[in-house]
Amino acid sequence: MNGWKRSGRGAKARLVATMEPQEAVVLRGLVGEVRDMLAARIAETPTDELAELTGIRTGAATVPDDKVLARLLPEFSREDPALAGALRSLHEPALIDAKDGAAVAVLDTLPETGGRIELTVEQADAWLAALNDVRLALGTALDISEEMPDDLPDDDPRSAHLGVYHWLTFVQDALVQSRMQVR
Amino acid sequence: MAAPLPAPTRQVAPDVDEAATADTPWQAIVWNDPVNLMSYVTYVLQKLFGYPEPKATALMLDVHHKGKAAVSSGDKDKIEGDVAKLHAAGLWATMQRT
Repeated sequence: MNGWKRSGRGAKARLVATMEPQEAVVLRGLVGEVRDMLAARIAETPTDELAELTGIRTGAATVPDDKVLARLLPEFSREDPALAGALRSLHEPALIDAKDGAAVAVLDTLPETGGRIELTVEQADAWLAALNDVRLALGTALDISEEMPDDLPDDDPRSAHLGVYHWLTFVQDALVQSRMQVR
Repeated sequence: MAAPLPAPTRQVAPDVDEAATADTPWQAIVWNDPVNLMSYVTYVLQKLFGYPEPKATALMLDVHHKGKAAVSSGDKDKIEGDVAKLHAAGLWATMQRT
């Protein structure tokens, strides 16, 4: 992965990159893990009969216990717990759908064995959101801070994962820079 | 609400708090976090709100240096929608009254 290149203009604009097989395996795996976490959140949310009758879905009203899911599905309000709960219940199903849709867009456009990736601007926007979710998940699990060093001591159990995190940061930042050039 | 409509036999005093705040604008607040990239936050603010790059960059720098910034304001429904879009983009956003 050496970054993203633009090709074409207007409706034919594409963002193009190449990934090594191992890079594709790692990214597909992480995207799949985010999908699994979101699916588990839906599965643990009690279904209610009214929602089944009306087709209006409501989600859980409480913050996920898991800190990674809590970061992916934030509160609407810091100061008003009742408002936060009501709006979470209202919006969380669509938020999970949006995140899952972005994840699927990555899986659909990233060959399992790596190689050439060619994205429309809409697909690039889905990639940006999905890459961000993967970085949020990994960064939260690793307790990333703004003062995080580029490398951890080799005996730190987070060391290998931090390398993946920094690689994802590069992939996302390079895609943002290229995407911003497309008008 | 599952309760049937009450017969209008007496005047009910309006909820003073609701009346006083009905027109008060709300703000969408974006909070600093150690994961989101400065470039990505700037891009999201441009894309979601149509801000020119200098305004989006200034708001992003406020988030970065001051810990938070109000990125949009308006009535409650608009801001609720804005926060939902910010969440879909992965930004840490909340809403509050101004």
